[in-house]
Amino acid sequence: MARQPIDQFVEGISAEKRASVYLGTKVTHEKRDKLLHDHYADPDALRRLAGEIKQHVVENLDTYLPKVEAKLQSNGVKVHWASTAEEACAAVHGIMKARGATKLVKAKTMVSEEIGLADYLEHRGIEALETDLGEFIVQIDHDHPSHIVRPIIHKSRKEIATSFEREGLGAYNDDPETITRRARAFLRKKFLQADVGLTGANFVSVESGRLVIVTNEGNSRFSLAATKCHIALVGIEKLVPRDRDLGLFLNLLARSATAQQLTVYTEFISGPKAAAQPDGPEEMHVIFVDNRRTEVLASECREILRCIRCGACLNVCPVYRQVSGHAYRSVYPGPVGAVLSPLLEGDKFADKADLPKASSLCGACNEVCPVNIPIPDLLLRLRNKGKREHAPLAEAGSPPMGAWALMASSPAAWKTALVAGKLMNVLPKTWIPIPAMKAWTDTRTLPEWRGGEFRKWLRQRPRKADGTKGSPQSHTP
Amino acid sequence: MASDRQLPRADRRVMLMATCLCDAFYADAARATVEVLEHLGCTVEFPEGQTCCGQPAFNGGDWDASRQVVRHAVKTFAGDLPVIVPSGSCAAMLTHGTALEFEKEADLGEVRQLGRRTWELADFIVNGLGVKTWPGRYEGRIAFHRSCHCRGSETVPAALALLSSIAGASVAPFGESDQCCGFGGTFSVSFPHISSAMGTLKLEHIRASAPDVLVSVDMSCLMHMAGLAEKAGQPIRTQHVAQVLRDALRNGNLL
Repeated sequence: MARQPIDQFVEGISAEKRASVYLGTKVTHEKRDKLLHDHYADPDALRRLAGEIKQHVVENLDTYLPKVEAKLQSNGVKVHWASTAEEACAAVHGIMKARGATKLVKAKTMVSEEIGLADYLEHRGIEALETDLGEFIVQIDHDHPSHIVRPIIHKSRKEIATSFEREGLGAYNDDPETITRRARAFLRKKFLQADVGLTGANFVSVESGRLVIVTNEGNSRFSLAATKCHIALVGIEKLVPRDRDLGLFLNLLARSATAQQLTVYTEFISGPKAAAQPDGPEEMHVIFVDNRRTEVLASECREILRCIRCGACLNVCPVYRQVSGHAYRSVYPGPVGAVLSPLLEGDKFADKADLPKASSLCGACNEVCPVNIPIPDLLLRLRNKGKREHAPLAEAGSPPMGAWALMASSPAAWKTALVAGKLMNVLPKTWIPIPAMKAWTDTRTLPEWRGGEFRKWLRQRPRKADGTKGSPQSHTP
Repeated sequence: MASDRQLPRADRRVMLMATCLCDAFYADAARATVEVLEHLGCTVEFPEGQTCCGQPAFNGGDWDASRQVVRHAVKTFAGDLPVIVPSGSCAAMLTHGTALEFEKEADLGEVRQLGRRTWELADFIVNGLGVKTWPGRYEGRIAFHRSCHCRGSETVPAALALLSSIAGASVAPFGESDQCCGFGGTFSVSFPHISSAMGTLKLEHIRASAPDVLVSVDMSCLMHMAGLAEKAGQPIRTQHVAQVLRDALRNGNLL
């Protein structure tokens, strides 16, 4: 029986890395929980409300998207539509070519990871520099983020200090403050030299066309301070209907993502620089990225499009804590990634059909989700999809259920098996040629088989004095 | 919890779904369930044709196989009696999981009807029968594992209320009690390394509170944790909530 790749992956993770991922996620989760309950009498009511608003948006994208396009255009923003990753990258490249631009500074955006923008631009001679500290470290190491919010949760400061030394950013020094100061000094120059600033958007208000961008490092503001052109890459699901909805979402996002009341920088961008404003980008583009989101919308898992990328489900997930992000072979790891990543593969769903299996279905992700996505239900739907489509990765390591179902629908066979199962206590367990059994007994013992004993007790125990009351009655329908 | 669930009948007749695990391994937990229900004045019917709730295949993604088993359960537990099950996980399967896998099936209505009648044992005692405290005596420090499929249900507060009300018993808190034990059904064999690591961490937290017994409403979680502990050479004592309640009655000469 083939093994599950994610379960194999975990064997290769060092104890040090595992401990740092565990501690990092645990601490953030616990702070988040405390903050939400300290500040709100009923945080779950807020999560449900936010979920309903986003579900409403997701189900009405066909009307909200034209509305927000018109609003953005009236604000002086140029709107582009990219149905694929390639089109989105080409749109960014096209804007830069038209301006003769060669240098781009980039704030953290998951959708740019999703479409592979940095590689696309580099191959075309454009410098696309990550300015979020974590993403910058990922970039100089030619690595990939392992967490939605904390891209270098898998790295130690010693590794980072070594990378900085290699890149000529100073002699080895693993003091976090020194590392940060060196990155800052390097990036400041790059901000000033850049032609274009690229950001994502955490939310876009349909009502006002405002883009909302949150960061803790201010790098998004820096990216837009000196450049003349702002490009925002925005997944089509990022809309909220009204400005007033932002009060709810910003409060939930900061607490859920980083256990803060509010992220350090929250920008509201209504368009390019107005004539009266002294500086800022004079040109602004919003590229709405579909990249299979409409396919997700048409699927049985559309609720996943509510996601606001806070990472709370990663932090609480006992599986993510053990395996960390790279195990998921995807831009989006953890519980949200186990749903979203296979769906974003489209007709290559089978390549990631194992991701929805990498869960004990414990439901902790749903409990912390600020938009109340029923992640376990969606994982189950995708497991069923994997089974229906005979995806080998979905079936790897899973015992077949056909014979069990037959037996469990036939009382006579079931009762026979209960008695026959007693053999398990006689045979040495390692002789049983069932891989599933070995997978169990490698690390756990099996309880003693007592098949049929309860039924026997029911039949044989003495009846009470009154003959009926309090006595179990067996019946066969 | 769904507000449309069916309350117990005045005559306190109920059906018992013993669960496949108790049928195969944990006869005494099923027996304790019967004894506890009878102590509460219930008449317990045991449909002989019962097998399993269908969850293994449901979680495995094989919904055709699962629906076959659920349809058998619907037939076996036909009628209007409450169905009591000593497992939060099987209860969640029948109240929630089946609704998901029967969404587009013609017999969704019958499946939901069974779901509305299904109660996890502790939830039934406290919220169905209105019994908030438990008599008798049970000496021991209890570590109570909140099995994950009880999230969002009334089971955990119900079980905790009953356990902590027993004379002589105390419920010992332990770290990260909202985290999974790593069982997850077929997850435990298809992801054995991750599953075992999760369980080992869980056991460390539990041991740190030095309990006399580890208690849960689900034998499946207990099977996993006890199996891990024994294999590691550090066995722990486990009991189903029903066994604790039954033992309290015995110790108080109420049974």
